[in-house]
Amino acid sequence: MSCHEPAGQAEPSGSLATRQARIALIGSPNAGKTTLFNRLTGLRAKTGNYPGVTVTRSVGQASVPGGTVSIEDLPGTYSLTPVSPDEQVVSDLLEGKMDGVEPPDAAIVVCDATTIERSLILVGQVLDLGLPTIVVITMVDELAHRGGFIDKEKMENILGVPVVEIVGTKGTGVDDVKGLLRDPMAWPKPVVTPPSEPAEQAAWIDSVLEAISHNPPAGHKRTAWFDRILLNPILGVLFFFLVLIIFFQIIFTLATPLQDYISGLFDAAGDWCTENIQIDWLASLLADGVFAGVGTVIQFLPQIILLFLVVSFLENIGYMSRAALVMDRAMGVVGLEGRCFVSLFSSYACAVPGIMSTRTIPSSRDRIATIMVAPLMTCSARLPVYTLFIATFIPNESVWGPLRAQGLVLFGLYFLGAVSAMIVAAILKRTSLKSDKLPFYMEMPPYRIPGIRLVFTQCWDSSKYFLRKAGTIILGASIAIWILLHVPVVTPPENLTDQQAVSYQLEHSVAGTIGRTVEPVFEPLGFNWEINVALIGSLTARETFVATLGQIASAESDDDVSSVGEALQAQTNPDGSPMYPPATVGAILVFFVFALQCMSTVAVMRRETNSRRWPAFAFTYMFVLAWIGGFIAHTIITAINGS
Amino acid sequence: MSDIVTLTEVEKGSVAVIVQVDGPDDSVVARLSHLGFLPGTRIKVVRRAPLGDPTVFELRGNQMSLRKRESSTIKVTVEEVA
Repeated sequence: MSCHEPAGQAEPSGSLATRQARIALIGSPNAGKTTLFNRLTGLRAKTGNYPGVTVTRSVGQASVPGGTVSIEDLPGTYSLTPVSPDEQVVSDLLEGKMDGVEPPDAAIVVCDATTIERSLILVGQVLDLGLPTIVVITMVDELAHRGGFIDKEKMENILGVPVVEIVGTKGTGVDDVKGLLRDPMAWPKPVVTPPSEPAEQAAWIDSVLEAISHNPPAGHKRTAWFDRILLNPILGVLFFFLVLIIFFQIIFTLATPLQDYISGLFDAAGDWCTENIQIDWLASLLADGVFAGVGTVIQFLPQIILLFLVVSFLENIGYMSRAALVMDRAMGVVGLEGRCFVSLFSSYACAVPGIMSTRTIPSSRDRIATIMVAPLMTCSARLPVYTLFIATFIPNESVWGPLRAQGLVLFGLYFLGAVSAMIVAAILKRTSLKSDKLPFYMEMPPYRIPGIRLVFTQCWDSSKYFLRKAGTIILGASIAIWILLHVPVVTPPENLTDQQAVSYQLEHSVAGTIGRTVEPVFEPLGFNWEINVALIGSLTARETFVATLGQIASAESDDDVSSVGEALQAQTNPDGSPMYPPATVGAILVFFVFALQCMSTVAVMRRETNSRRWPAFAFTYMFVLAWIGGFIAHTIITAINGS
Repeated sequence: MSDIVTLTEVEKGSVAVIVQVDGPDDSVVARLSHLGFLPGTRIKVVRRAPLGDPTVFELRGNQMSLRKRESSTIKVTVEEVA
């Protein structure tokens, strides 16, 4: 029986009349659970975490005849007998064992009509819980198309609970579900609950299948045909790399112009503030702090949205599980699995969507290991730093035929990042994140044309989260770093030019003081206080490193220089030696391969791991690697150059 | 009656019937059974991944891939040889 007051018997809605009913959506991955959730709740879903675990929680409001109900989309699961912490969430929540979360009032079990045989195991387990339950069968159009059959009325009879057939992509049948949601207490309950003993379960499933006149669907011809090509040892691998190349092309060709446009908008807003706000410090705070800081992060939005769109499309069409299957063995070498590759690959463009896409990884240990190494994949925010230093300080000479030094260095930096990610993952998986007994299994869903709605909803949810972070954490940090760079206010000596005055202020700011204080730490890498200040500034986002160095360099140089690169080349130490000798340049490049100089990534890690410990660990280990790597680079280049 | 072998040893394209799932860990056995790997179930070896592992199996109307570590715990008799 349910946990409600006896008074509920007099009034159908029982104690639910005084508060909103909470309905849990239960189903295996790929069953169409999220599509139904989106259909029921529209875009009003809230995502967060379950207390104390790394599992995303989605709750939304659904309008039903006569009011609203709260719908909770539980993580996809094949069974209520948990083998992973993620699945533990589902069973704990349903059994009321989760601290701070009340068990739901009723449950909807979502089953894919084309795989009903397997889904019945979960249906039986949910019915055993005794909650008011309805069974929703999805993809009935595909079942009919493939010549399969399920008798819905007979299914209601044998299970003893309401059964609704829907087509999630078209929305057919969703109103029937809403009609039922009005009053869960009125749902019929099973007369006899299904057996819970594994030995009897098989017999129960067979009896249900017979009762509902089940006729299994014919094999999915399209899927068989595509898989013959896409999972062919040679063609499959070729196609896989083709998808990767197209993926990068889409990101760079489409996102880059939009990115430039957005950063232009923020620059213009900053310029407007500088020109029109009479209070100098306020103009600078808005222009250099708020608009510059938030702008450097927001300009990644087009790229992030596109990434999410592509990943969500590939996921929903069914290709991601094939890509994961292709890469699984290779990833197994470091103790991860195929699905981790997909996330790490997305991180090549940006670690934020990469980390968010780890939600498809069932093992929470593999998931955390992937999150911990994702920022080592060379994201596009490192490119401005790499290109500036490579173009300025590495000669563009041919090393061997068409291979030029600049290209080789850039490739080397990408390679170093990827190899380090694999090594760190291997170490983590052999130590603190050793695999549990969770078996590896991955469903190969049929190739399906995804509902545009689902793809866009998923993309919108993720992008919305990123925007909200930019509006809060990143805005706050940008202001904090601006203050560090501008406080205390000093009066520069009379005879300085404007730019020299800026530099003078920077030198005497808190950041300048910190930059000088930490000089001994970074001296072995050949960094002076100016580089240290820029490093502090780049804690918001890596590419601000270039902007800060440019600001300092242009302030300190006497001549007019047209580019940041020239300004850097012209800069000298007080003793007259160049400020950026090859050893220092090498150390900066290697430092940026490793260091986690990105607040957005730290913020998303904080949320996705639901802990402060993991982002702190990531930041620390990456800093240590960055320092050691920078030191080694500095030492080797010094030894070779003899300077 | 044909010999009992592990699912790992069954050739691509062959159909086998599960005799027993016998892993070192009960929770793994339970999970495989909840995925449909139950005694008496007919199972077809559909294809191996390009790098040789995992392998895609078809059973109970859907396709599921397992690594050798898991498929070696499943004992089967081969019914149709490819």
